[in-house]
Amino acid sequence: MDSSFLRMPDDTEKSKVDREIDANLKRVYSGLIEEDVPDRFKALLDELRRKESGK
Amino acid sequence: MTDSADPRDELTTHLAAMRAFAISLTRNVSTADDLVQESIVKAWTNIDKYKPGTNMRAWLFTILRNTFYSERRKRKREVEDPDGAFSASLVERPGHDARLAFGEFVKAFDTLSPEHREVLVLVGAEGFSYEEAAETMGVAVGTVKSRANRARARLAELLGLENGENVMADIDSTTLAVLGKSETAAA
Repeated sequence: MDSSFLRMPDDTEKSKVDREIDANLKRVYSGLIEEDVPDRFKALLDELRRKESGK
Repeated sequence: MTDSADPRDELTTHLAAMRAFAISLTRNVSTADDLVQESIVKAWTNIDKYKPGTNMRAWLFTILRNTFYSERRKRKREVEDPDGAFSASLVERPGHDARLAFGEFVKAFDTLSPEHREVLVLVGAEGFSYEEAAETMGVAVGTVKSRANRARARLAELLGLENGENVMADIDSTTLAVLGKSETAAA
């Protein structure tokens, strides 16, 4: 697991508004992260690896 | 080192985050996917520059944002989706209690400069430390902090939220009116 994903820097210094903003940011971002990754990227990685082992 | 320790095996675990970051920067899904594609190839061919044991996501994000900004500089006139693809990509999400407020938030986020979206995603959403964000963005830690504060202050203003003590409170309505159009002020 990547622990950086869970870390919040200097949280105690933040105002209520900042915390609200960050909560919304996390919501937007996690919505994006949960989207399915297009197959083309995994295909690309396979292709890169295949080319290399073919050298 | 054995083959199983190839750091490139880890790339697949960062694809979703790379894509989320790319969409945040470009606000256009197909542009974002091209950006991710290019970044994967760069990461693959430059893997010798990655130091095993360090934060690979931060390393990948550095490649991605550098690619984004250099292409953006090349193409002086950026073709941005006038309808806000970023908002559009989020509109279909299942609604919760705060649906309207969330929609407003996304719209406001969309009007920020890429530099402000970037710092907010890294520090606010990804949870990068200021140091990690500074390294990723290639700026000083103090710049990350002030940029993040300005970006939050803009969002707060755009959303009509009351400013806390650690956000700038001196943005007047004239400035605010310009914010929606401005792509320039990068803090």
